Amino acid sequence: MSDPVIEARGLVRRYPGEPAPVRAVDGVDLVVEPGETVSVMGPSGCGKSTLLHLLGGLERPDEGEIHLGGRRVDGLSETEWAVLRRRTVGFVFQAFHLVDELTAIENVELPALLAGSSRRAARQRAQELLDRLEVGARAGHLPDRLSGGERQRVAVARAVINEPLVVLADEPTGNLDSHATGEILGLFSDLGAAGQTLLIVTHDARVAATADRLLTMRDGAIVAQTRLGEGSTPATALAGLLDLGGA
Amino acid sequence: MKDAILALLAKEPAHGYELRGRLAAALGPAGGALNPGQVYVTLSRLERSGLVRSETVGQASQPDKKVYELTSAGRDQVETWLSDLSWSKVAPVEFHLKLVAAALTRLADPVSLVDAQRLELLRQLHELQELAQAEPAGSEGGLLIEGAALRLQADIRWLEACEQWWLDRGPG
Repeated sequence: MSDPVIEARGLVRRYPGEPAPVRAVDGVDLVVEPGETVSVMGPSGCGKSTLLHLLGGLERPDEGEIHLGGRRVDGLSETEWAVLRRRTVGFVFQAFHLVDELTAIENVELPALLAGSSRRAARQRAQELLDRLEVGARAGHLPDRLSGGERQRVAVARAVINEPLVVLADEPTGNLDSHATGEILGLFSDLGAAGQTLLIVTHDARVAATADRLLTMRDGAIVAQTRLGEGSTPATALAGLLDLGGA
Repeated sequence: MKDAILALLAKEPAHGYELRGRLAAALGPAGGALNPGQVYVTLSRLERSGLVRSETVGQASQPDKKVYELTSAGRDQVETWLSDLSWSKVAPVEFHLKLVAAALTRLADPVSLVDAQRLELLRQLHELQELAQAEPAGSEGGLLIEGAALRLQADIRWLEACEQWWLDRGPG
């Protein structure tokens, strides 16, 4: 058995508050196995984004342990995290966070160049990814010339170019219309099918339902979880859903 | 189902096998769950009600088959069905009452019931999404799955409202 991609124990993150500090993440245990897609749902303020930030090293936990790929990382310095993130974690954000002054392909190849890849290899890989995500023809455009769906595809390409251990996505469809959301969903399904480990924080049911496993958070804690795609066979399930039985 | 079968017969007389094939195609992946006997049973009932009549046609190499056609009463029924505005149930009354009863009797925590129900609906949505992905683009069946998926999404949003309402209410 290989190590879990993510293993978190007893994570706590407090923010200053009155009269007492707010426990944004309040004792979360989470194990994500290689190749799993896990989604985290919950109302605004439930701590799901904070959890994702802790797992990706964007914030530090006040208590608890985090292991990524078997390596303990919660005590790493900012510099160590910066190096680790390049290779280990790919981020996808609601607001895309592309560099406005760089073209689509320059945005995608940037993490590869930072990780020491040659210009030529980085360019080739970036173009391959953009082609695969069907935005190859837009490679030379600046982000403000792209639609929301195209920008998020570019952001996904950037997230996976260094073949990260895990992709962490924070409300990846929060700024997209229904059609573009559908496209990004397909993309995550394809990534999952290709063996990419994904952790997706979302309050969009369509996005959450693509996962292998689904967690519900409330008040900083995981309050319910289920595996998806197990149990009844689709044909009978559908007959039940459509109420065809006694029709 | 009965009305859909009648309406299909308004195009031209047909036998049960053809009707079943047409229905299954319209239902897409759900068509596989269509009970084969259901169409034939429905046709017999319609005949007894005087909405269709049948004629047995001999075939050279196969058993005789029954061809069904609409009666004028059947044609009226099709017109009534097409203009009827009734809609399958839209309000999750039973679940709402379940939450109220759970809170009143303290036999269960409404918020936990909402959590469990939401996971169940998301599990169903997952299955629909898998089926939708397997459908060829632009199929009739895919459109039906989209309808089912959108309704589930609406129900899931309502469960979020339930969660918030029962949380605000607090225990007791």
